[in-house]
Amino acid sequence: MITDRALVRDALAIGAAAGVIGLSYGAIAVANGLEPWVPIAMSLIVFAGGSQFLAAGLLGVGNPIAAVVGGILINSRHFPFGLAIGGYIGDSLPSKLLGSHILIDESTAFTMAEPDPGRKRRSFWLVGGTLFVLWNLGTVVGVLIGNAVGDPETFGLDAAFPAGLLALLLPSLRDSAARVAAGAGAVIAVATTPLLPAGLPVLLSLVGLAAALMIKPGGTP
Amino acid sequence: MTAAWVILALAAGTYGVRLAGVLLHDRLVLPDRLKHLLPIAAVTLLAALVATSVFTDGDRISIGLARPAGVLVGAVLAWRKAPFVVVVVAAAAVAAGLRLLGIR
Repeated sequence: MITDRALVRDALAIGAAAGVIGLSYGAIAVANGLEPWVPIAMSLIVFAGGSQFLAAGLLGVGNPIAAVVGGILINSRHFPFGLAIGGYIGDSLPSKLLGSHILIDESTAFTMAEPDPGRKRRSFWLVGGTLFVLWNLGTVVGVLIGNAVGDPETFGLDAAFPAGLLALLLPSLRDSAARVAAGAGAVIAVATTPLLPAGLPVLLSLVGLAAALMIKPGGTP
Repeated sequence: MTAAWVILALAAGTYGVRLAGVLLHDRLVLPDRLKHLLPIAAVTLLAALVATSVFTDGDRISIGLARPAGVLVGAVLAWRKAPFVVVVVAAAAVAAGLRLLGIR
């Protein structure tokens, strides 16, 4: 069980990384010829990194329809996330309405990794809220300083995010059905990436659930 | 004004997807066998997200070294129960360090 201080520290760690990516998002969007308010508004009301990079790129080359369709396709994985952790966001309608906006990969992963059911809610809001603030802050600063922002890969941030998510997934992977489904899903997603539009390969990973269906729930061999 | 419409449509679609899952969570009546699959579905999607962010670049499978090495070091540390911050920082440091040495 983790203390609150540890949770705050963890949220700030992943939030800081998100802030730097947001920085480069703002800078890249402006470099693509978008007006400064465009990436800032997108970070505020879309708040989904992968789809924002895609949409900024497609808008920059004058393909608005693909920006919308492709972006929503990428974000459609948040639907099953809501189904899975929707019970930990809050009981009142306002908290569900507000919480849905910060339902992202990281808040989902932290909520699922928190073993204590009573603390899952705090985990969700703290991580989602921290990322929202730092992602938006990063975007604004990135727009302002533009090309002075370095490539996030220089700082290894492209490795930090998957490593963080993977660390959060490890406890869930002790369940053998989850492990089989996740393993199969990961292979399916990588293998189909060259063949399908962005967003679909990750969704297609759900085919891996078929493998999990053949395994007894809760098995830990 | 195209940009404004794109942002609004993308925001509405994204929020709709998120809210639909959250609201359906309460209304969906599933047999226990399928209910048990919901968290596994989330884990599977996140694992696929991890795998694609490590092993693909745009629409091609990537055979870079720095990123997988960083993630591997992070994964081993996480498995050895290192604090989350250590995992994230170590993964970034390894990837950045390798690139500094000219290894992509």
